[in-house]
Amino acid sequence: MLSYLILVLLLLILAGFALGHRKALAVGATSDVRMHSLAGYHGWYVAALVGIPSFVLVLLWLLFQGPVVDWLLIGSLPKEGVDGLDKGQLDLLISQIKSVAAGNIFGDPDAVVLEAADRYNRWNTIADWALFVLAVAVALAGIALAQQRISARFRARNTVELVMSGLMIACSLIAILTTFGIVASLLYESLRFFDKVSVAEFLTGLNWEPQIPIREGQVTAGGAFGAIPVFAGTLLIALIAMVVATPIGLFAAVYLTEYASSKFRSVIKPLLEILAGIPTVVYGFFAVLTVAPAIRNIGQAMGFEIAPNSAFAAGAVMGIMLIPFISSLSDDAIASVPQSMRDGSYALGATKGETITKVLLPSALPGIMGGVLLAASRAIGETMIVVMAAGIIASLTFNPFEPVTTVTVQIMTLLTGDTEFDNPKTLAAFALGLVLFLSTLVLNIIALRIVQKYREQYE
Amino acid sequence: MSDAIAQAPGARTRENYWRTNAAKRRVRRRYAADRRLQYYGLGSIGLAIVLLGILFSSLIFSGYVAFFTTKIGLTIYLDPNVIDKANPGAANYRKMARNAFFTYFPEVTSPMERRQLGKSLSSGAPYVVRNYVIAHPEEIGDLVDIKVPLSDPFDQLSKGVIPREIDALSGDRVALFNVLKRRGVLHVENDKAYVKADVYINPGDVPEGDVEAADYQRMVDEAFRTFYMRAHSRAYEEILSQDVASAVKARVLADPALVGKTIQVNLPLSKHYDNLARTGEAKVLNPRFSSEKDLQWFDSLKKRGLLTTHFTWELFFNADSRFPELAGLSGALTGSFLALLVCFLLSFPIGIATAVYLEEFAPKTRWTDFIEVNINNLAAVPSVVFGLLGLAVFLNVFGLPRSVPLVGGMVLALMTLPTIIVATRAALKAVPPSIREGGYGVGASKHQVMLHHVLPLALPGILTGTIIGLAQALGETAPLLLIGMNAFIPSIENMGLLQPAMALPTQIFSWADSPERGFVSRTSAAILILLSFLIIMNAIAVYLRQRVERKW
Amino acid sequence: MNDQSKAFTMEMDKSGSVASDTVMNPHKVTSRKVSVFYGLKQALFDIDLDIPDRAVMALIGPSGCGKSTFLRCLNRMNDTIPDCRVTGEIKVDGRDVHDPDLDVVELRGRVGMVFQKPNPFPKSIFENIAYGPRIHGLARSKSDLEEIVISSLEKAGLLSEVKDRIHEPGTGLSGGQQQRLCIARAIAVNPELILMDEPCSALDPIATAKVEELIDELKKNYCIVIVTHSMQQAARVSQRTAFFHLGILVEEGSTADIFTNPTDKRTQDYITGRFG
Repeated sequence: MLSYLILVLLLLILAGFALGHRKALAVGATSDVRMHSLAGYHGWYVAALVGIPSFVLVLLWLLFQGPVVDWLLIGSLPKEGVDGLDKGQLDLLISQIKSVAAGNIFGDPDAVVLEAADRYNRWNTIADWALFVLAVAVALAGIALAQQRISARFRARNTVELVMSGLMIACSLIAILTTFGIVASLLYESLRFFDKVSVAEFLTGLNWEPQIPIREGQVTAGGAFGAIPVFAGTLLIALIAMVVATPIGLFAAVYLTEYASSKFRSVIKPLLEILAGIPTVVYGFFAVLTVAPAIRNIGQAMGFEIAPNSAFAAGAVMGIMLIPFISSLSDDAIASVPQSMRDGSYALGATKGETITKVLLPSALPGIMGGVLLAASRAIGETMIVVMAAGIIASLTFNPFEPVTTVTVQIMTLLTGDTEFDNPKTLAAFALGLVLFLSTLVLNIIALRIVQKYREQYE
Repeated sequence: MSDAIAQAPGARTRENYWRTNAAKRRVRRRYAADRRLQYYGLGSIGLAIVLLGILFSSLIFSGYVAFFTTKIGLTIYLDPNVIDKANPGAANYRKMARNAFFTYFPEVTSPMERRQLGKSLSSGAPYVVRNYVIAHPEEIGDLVDIKVPLSDPFDQLSKGVIPREIDALSGDRVALFNVLKRRGVLHVENDKAYVKADVYINPGDVPEGDVEAADYQRMVDEAFRTFYMRAHSRAYEEILSQDVASAVKARVLADPALVGKTIQVNLPLSKHYDNLARTGEAKVLNPRFSSEKDLQWFDSLKKRGLLTTHFTWELFFNADSRFPELAGLSGALTGSFLALLVCFLLSFPIGIATAVYLEEFAPKTRWTDFIEVNINNLAAVPSVVFGLLGLAVFLNVFGLPRSVPLVGGMVLALMTLPTIIVATRAALKAVPPSIREGGYGVGASKHQVMLHHVLPLALPGILTGTIIGLAQALGETAPLLLIGMNAFIPSIENMGLLQPAMALPTQIFSWADSPERGFVSRTSAAILILLSFLIIMNAIAVYLRQRVERKW
Repeated sequence: MNDQSKAFTMEMDKSGSVASDTVMNPHKVTSRKVSVFYGLKQALFDIDLDIPDRAVMALIGPSGCGKSTFLRCLNRMNDTIPDCRVTGEIKVDGRDVHDPDLDVVELRGRVGMVFQKPNPFPKSIFENIAYGPRIHGLARSKSDLEEIVISSLEKAGLLSEVKDRIHEPGTGLSGGQQQRLCIARAIAVNPELILMDEPCSALDPIATAKVEELIDELKKNYCIVIVTHSMQQAARVSQRTAFFHLGILVEEGSTADIFTNPTDKRTQDYITGRFG
């Protein structure tokens, strides 16, 4: 139904364009005044007046059709059947009705349910037809209205350009809407979570055991939501990653900017960039397939017992991923120190090494710091490597050879599989998401500030 | 003035200073430091490249076997009495395939053995036969040769990925064992190996002198601590046979006066370690096979030349499967294609419109600054947060279905937008102002100049950014997992924008999680395919970028 | 030659003799057949030029004539430019600058350089000046280093202006002060020769006057080579002048002669402002 409607609307838009174009040509031929705008613009004008209102109508309609029909459905259910049901049971009933309506009949549903499913289907059909008729009517009205306005003096081009600007502004709002959507959804679900678990427990508790019974009688731990071990694990892994990536990335950048010939640079830089382009799920598999067993074997050879999902393996692989990130940002920072600084240092008889360590690196330090902070924010938010290579159990330890868990791992484990949106286990993921979002946001803002200040210094 | 120079303590005579040995040494030292820094740099680069090499070679090494499958040719009579021509899919192909297979081993007759033998054949073999019949209905009634895959363990064995026998002992235990050997406490008596240990019969472990109830295990533990520095390790428990405590107990029961004394006890080793101590090896059958017979059957098939190796076209043309030897990527590739299509259709126009507005039309106000800050921050938001957004907004608020490429594409589009916007703005900036002025000069409106002159020139740069953004989106996993785009899709027939689907990276993730050995190489192979897509996309982007640079 | 220059090292020279236009000191720098190539492009053609000690030699000529290139040969700053090749012989104090035994670090320690745009490091004034002595190990102690810094600042005429903020960033000074800081930084290494590449082109007239005064003062102890665009400046500060044109050394002589009585037509045209 919907695809037919869209097809019809597209045809109408095309027709609108053609009609507008033709009419403008006709008017131009008979009019004694020169047409203000080209015939094409008149065509576009008609097309816009056809397409935009009808598509907005379809979108809004689709957004509200579901909830409205649901509301009607609940209202139509017999009073004695609905009274005494709590929200969860009501939701269950509704979803049962819907699945019956979709044709998936399991067992022997109630007569009430069958009847309701029938009603549900009928209403949806009515709504679909109503939308069809209404949208086509709006589109036709658009054609009629726009056709009338076509005249020699009509400033079709300006109007079309105005519409274009409007569309562009609407598009640029998407970025804001996305941020708003992130903040709103995280905040909303987190607030629901903090209804059930106090903020203080979440932020200071030392015990994280989110597996609480969903059904009665299920054997699980009691459910504890103290996120400190999760935060500590995240920081531990991110720290290991930074310890691996920072020196390697920085030294590589120093060599590439100051020592390497341009030929060497043009070969090596893209090679390093490959590391940055590899999807993180690949790094995760690499950690599981190669790095973790290797670390384990080395540990055994030295008489250590290292867990297969140790923080070190996950952190080290994450570090490899971050090397090109740090090296290219440090590279930029070092390269943007003006040549005159190098000249000044060389002219005093400094060697290259002295120039780098005593003049270039101190001058580039803010830029490098910014890069390191950005990398740290990446490390904190990195998901797939830790999901595959780090642990799930939250244990409060700073031993890099033991398994720890991270915020992102917890979000993924809490939200994959069945998600019930009214139990704290699911909502906890959003609270963790909020913490993750805020901390990476703060890191990014600080990092961008530092980098920007640094750039201004030399501009 | 000159006096000041002469008197300054640091100001030694010019020529003389540089002639001193101290100065020469110093210069040498300084150059050494310079070289050191250079070596650190080269070492870092070398390390990064070596790591990249290890990553690729381990993927290739583990993945290349997945491109080959071991198959066995079966001669099957397509009995028209069994196969209904009108409905050829409904026949019992399992029985057909197995019976054809059993003809190679006429000596195997008992149902038990036959069940075991049947496991050598892939569980997907009946489907292969069925699909063949459906594709060639005219051959019903004929005797046909069909190649079907072996089951995973035999496929892996044939390709040499897994061994017939494995070490019964894991590495760390062997390390502990070697400590015992080095200390010279192992000895063999009457064809049995023992550890000679000094066990202190601690009165503290004998409650109220009751030698019957004493904790002998603890005493043995204590004795073993003298062998191992790392006292917390109880890994040795596996080395000893289960009843060491009773050996001690028997001694003490026989002579209760031993309490409080240290006695030397011969502690027997457990079966595998006993074997290891006496023969130097402790091999057992790989547990992936049920008995030695499996291997005999396999060898017999191999000797008769019935096993052939084929390129795994299934990897590209099959959808997902629970059996690694049949699992393929066509479902994942279709899902990724659909999601990327949605992502492109949304992010490309929206990204360009946003960039054009911000770069060319928007007045510099707080509001546009705010939009810019927003875009910059979105670029750095962790991908898992976009997944949360998709889950909470697209699925919960808008009520879109789970697991579908439409939602996946929408989430990916939001993540790709900042990349496209930034690239488009850079491309627009790179268009020289003279082009714009030329357009204005002939009386074109701002929109016309933009559409007719600036955008076409900026297009290669925009496309470069878009391709790079799409390449990132192709590898994105976490947000897709959160909106459930890792559905099990055994067939691509019903795939669509609003049907549950799988994407390439989520397929990799779910295969990596599967226990069967065959999925390890399948995962590596899928990664190699994903990486080759990314390399192709990036190569196109680099090519486009170079073309742009040639122009200006 | 070597002996001669040795005779003019600091301790031997108690008189602090003032060079005049007529009495020239022995040559500090001699160059024979110096050519410079940037890739395939030749920028300097067989330059023969001798530079006297304890005097100011000005190199003048239109832009792109090779005067800066020549200057940068003297302390091998051209080494830092890829594809740049220098041929011919340049001797500072009788030692060839390309002698493999002579280290470029030592050479640059003995030949200071001041650039067109003041380029203090983004560090404190103290650290800026202490940098050179530190890397060369010229100071035996901390108080030694402080003495060097103070005396360098004093010689650069900057001490009274920055006495109270010696630990504040050098980038906070005015342009003229920054340039004198760079001169102080060069002096701190105790060079024999100071190269100045248009040191006043980024400065206002008052700051320029101060730097010129300083150059006049410094020539009592140092050999100074200055590249300048301004003929007035060349006339004011230098004792000898060399005129470069299109990579060729056209004419060299005492400043008074060059400005009043040039022998070459091109020099005359340039000085009278017919091109440049």
